[in-house]
Amino acid sequence: MENTPVFLYVLIGAMIVGSMVAVETADLLSAAICVGAVGFALSVIDLLLGAPGLAITQVVVEVVCLIILIRAVIHRRETEDLTGHWSLEIGATLLVLGVFLALTFTAMAGLTPFGEPLLDEAIKNEEVTTISERYLREAKERTGATNVVTAILLDFRAYDTLGEATVVFVSIIGAVVVLRPIGRLRRERHEPDS
Amino acid sequence: MKGMSLIVKSVTRLVTAFIVIFGINLVLFGHLTPGGGFPGGVVLACALILVTLAFGREYVSQFFTMLAASIWDGIGALAFLTVGLLGYSGGVFFVNFLHRDGSESFRLFSSGSILISNMAIGLKIGACLFLAFLAVASFRRGATENKGPDKS
Repeated sequence: MENTPVFLYVLIGAMIVGSMVAVETADLLSAAICVGAVGFALSVIDLLLGAPGLAITQVVVEVVCLIILIRAVIHRRETEDLTGHWSLEIGATLLVLGVFLALTFTAMAGLTPFGEPLLDEAIKNEEVTTISERYLREAKERTGATNVVTAILLDFRAYDTLGEATVVFVSIIGAVVVLRPIGRLRRERHEPDS
Repeated sequence: MKGMSLIVKSVTRLVTAFIVIFGINLVLFGHLTPGGGFPGGVVLACALILVTLAFGREYVSQFFTMLAASIWDGIGALAFLTVGLLGYSGGVFFVNFLHRDGSESFRLFSSGSILISNMAIGLKIGACLFLAFLAVASFRRGATENKGPDKS
């Protein structure tokens, strides 16, 4: 589509406006709805850029997060105003951020250029120049999967998927531990023999 | 958490089976169509969340408690790790040990251990997101289990 870049910038502008509204509004329910709108715009951007699997994942996870956010927010909707002067804290944050960015640019200057990774043995044969082209060419024969995203996630780079599954597992355990009923400990303390 | 009105309950009865079938389709054919284990698992969790929202938490906890959800979560995670360790039979960690070169494409079984990985991840993500939703739904600030019935 010839209008795709214009629509892309409109969606990006809508995401920026929605994020600013979500931060600045005083009503928590409005903030939750704005977060949902930002996520929905991001899934439409995924469709425009040719990533349907990512768009499906974005929409469905956005729906679940919206349900949980609205459930958390619906009984107490007002926020508290923070008063006071924050100039010292803002100045210190900007100073630390500036030092961090300067050091990062200095450190990243010594890396290989973008798009030319080190982990590529085909460069010696001079057939391809990047590892992503190698994955695109060899995914169907080496893995048997025609969805290259799934082939990369679950065959070429399956170790990273194991790390991601571990992160989800541990974060859900943390959430359940924080949110479980408090009375269980008190009941066990009162009845140690049952 | 109480259920919702009769209209919501009737529509949920009609629609939940299709949502589960769609989630299973995303998981099983993740190596052919867009999708995979992660969105398929989230869609399965969405079906369970829909039943919980429509019929109430007490109805769902008769057949799917928090303990059951955490057990299925652990089984899914262990199954994914087992697929990785079984890859040692093909050489290294996480090798696609069930795939034979030259087998036909565009079929359900054409990708080897990617299918088992997708099913394990779908089971894990579905159970763990439903567990997180049950934890949030059961949360009452300052509540103990010795007080009366909840009013939410």
